[in-house]
Amino acid sequence: MTDTTLLAPPPIPVPEPEEPAAPPVPRRSRDLRTEDVGVLIGSALAAVAAVWLVFYQLTLLSGAFGFVVCTVALFLVLYWSVNLQLHGRLVASDRLLSVAVGLGAMSLAIPLAFMMGFLVVKGWHLLSAHLFVEDLKGVPVIPVAGVNKTGGLAHAIVGTLEQVGIAALFGVPAGVMTAVFLHEVGGRFTRTVRTVVTAMSGLPSIMAGLFIYTIWVIGISRHIPFVQSYSGLAGAMALAILLVPSITRTTEEVLKVVPGGLREASMALGAPQWRTVWSVVLPTARTGILTAVVLGIARAVGETAPLLFTIFGNTVMNADPLHGPQESLPLFIWSNVKSSYPARINLAYTAALVLVIIVLFLFTLARVLGGTRGTGRVRSSKKRQVAT
Amino acid sequence: MSVTNGSASQVVGVVPLPRSVPTQISRSDRVYRGGAKAIGLSTLLVLVLIGVFLLIKGYPALRSQGLGFLTNTGWQTHPTAHGPPVFGVRTALIGTVVVSLLALVIALPVSLGSALFISEYAPPWMKSPATALVDLLAAVPSIIYGLWGFAYLSGHMTGLARWLSVHLAFIPIFHTTTPLYTSSQFIAGTVVGLMVVPIITSIAREVFSLAPLAEREAAMALGASRATVIRRVVLPFGRGGLIGAVMLGLGRAMGETIAVAIILSLSFSNPAHILQSGGTTIASLIAIENGSGGKTLGLAALMAAGLVLFIFTLLVNLAASRVVNRSRSAAAVEL
Repeated sequence: MTDTTLLAPPPIPVPEPEEPAAPPVPRRSRDLRTEDVGVLIGSALAAVAAVWLVFYQLTLLSGAFGFVVCTVALFLVLYWSVNLQLHGRLVASDRLLSVAVGLGAMSLAIPLAFMMGFLVVKGWHLLSAHLFVEDLKGVPVIPVAGVNKTGGLAHAIVGTLEQVGIAALFGVPAGVMTAVFLHEVGGRFTRTVRTVVTAMSGLPSIMAGLFIYTIWVIGISRHIPFVQSYSGLAGAMALAILLVPSITRTTEEVLKVVPGGLREASMALGAPQWRTVWSVVLPTARTGILTAVVLGIARAVGETAPLLFTIFGNTVMNADPLHGPQESLPLFIWSNVKSSYPARINLAYTAALVLVIIVLFLFTLARVLGGTRGTGRVRSSKKRQVAT
Repeated sequence: MSVTNGSASQVVGVVPLPRSVPTQISRSDRVYRGGAKAIGLSTLLVLVLIGVFLLIKGYPALRSQGLGFLTNTGWQTHPTAHGPPVFGVRTALIGTVVVSLLALVIALPVSLGSALFISEYAPPWMKSPATALVDLLAAVPSIIYGLWGFAYLSGHMTGLARWLSVHLAFIPIFHTTTPLYTSSQFIAGTVVGLMVVPIITSIAREVFSLAPLAEREAAMALGASRATVIRRVVLPFGRGGLIGAVMLGLGRAMGETIAVAIILSLSFSNPAHILQSGGTTIASLIAIENGSGGKTLGLAALMAAGLVLFIFTLLVNLAASRVVNRSRSAAAVEL
């Protein structure tokens, strides 16, 4: 549309005596004609056929992965050379890049689809209501005559919820306060803390587990009478260490978007700084912070490594996060998927499905809470304003 | 408030004095600022404590092995009939490097393509869902990736691995000694690569979208094709950020624990044969050996291995975030 208006001839005040000349056809920089689609499909088919012939008929290779890799490579070569013949080097390289980029984007979505399909196929048949009320108490690992129980995941689900809940209890305020410190308070240590937060968000998650193990499980907790070494609490502390940097980084991005005028208005009314932050800045950034929190929790739900050294794992329900080993969904998957009993392996797949559903739910919740406002989009629209 | 009111009622007819603005921070604010600073600094404390505790708890292992901790292969933490315990992270260190480099080789083309697609090619309505997809990929737990790689992808990759090892065996890295292709570093690296993709993609997308609009439009006005705009404007601008993103991905790949631990079958030999079953990385070694604490040097050895990993990932991450930040600010200045 814009092209047409730009290239349309300026309006002429005098009425034309003759039939007006045909308006110039606007040049369009990316015209995809039928023959181009034909070239695309043709080279794709040629690549599939050629690789199939070589792969399965001539060299007796096997494996879908290799087939896909070879097909993609051959397709790119074919597509480029056909376009080179038809349109020359410039167009050929342009189209090659478009197709390569498109393939890259597609290979982003495909593993996810395969993963979800795989989990659903493997895990759905054990998905039932009593999965959520039973634990593995008295469930034999091999079929025993007279005992007809498949067991459930209630102990793991309760453990996960408690650990993540306690972690959020510690981690969310700490994460938000750190972001407030970085963006609202400032001071000498801002740069150091920001660097540390960035470094910690990339820290291997098993480090948090090792740390809590040394400082709490075999350290402090031995001297406190009412807690026990391995416990849900220890797992929650390890998760909190991972939760803080992720929440801080996202929250800081959100705080940057809060208009400075609001802060100044609050200050001008005589409000102290804490009041400004508490009643103006944080409420304004509420949806963004909620998104950050929910996303952080979604990440924490699936963490396995920090729990290895902290909750120990359990096969029966332990709803007390302060005492004794607990189970969690990721740890249950980890300890059962390589078990030698098919019943337990199947249950692990179902646990994986439940875990993915929880993560997907939290992720969707975060998107709904945050609306469509992503940091990237805010940036690009700002940039556009500047540029125009 | 009350002070200004009082002074106004006392001196009627006289121009009221301007309200004195306190330059000193009030007590409540001092508490708030102090509290925020304390919590902010506690993250620093935690990071330092992690390093210190790993060093303290790993010291016995480091002392018993000396520099050999970095060069010994094997993980014999108990004294045996043949001699004192001998262990080191050499195999695991090489395995970590191999797996994470492999992951980058897989991840770089995919994430470069995805980032360019989102920032340059996707129609406006598609950008938000595509970004959400990247975020979702980052939110999928690593145990799910590991499970999928172990139980599904592995079976579909052995064919390629066999072919490579049979026909390209003259290339040293493709050489194998036993025809066992499951649970290899090749498969682990591929899965870790898939996990790293969203991290690189999201940063690269952001950096690419920061490429100045004016230069893009100038290039287009000169008749540049989209490929040329990408090659001459977007990529040069995003190069620094892309390097930083790849380094962040490297840091993440080096620290990936559970997915590698599920896929890779633990072995301390032949880390150079990537197609062959077996191998280990530092993080997965720690995860798998987590029950081996107790009276011997097992726990100390794990802590020392953790210290090595901690130092490596910290260095990579710090360097990466510095590169990313610099490229961001440079783009902003240029704008």
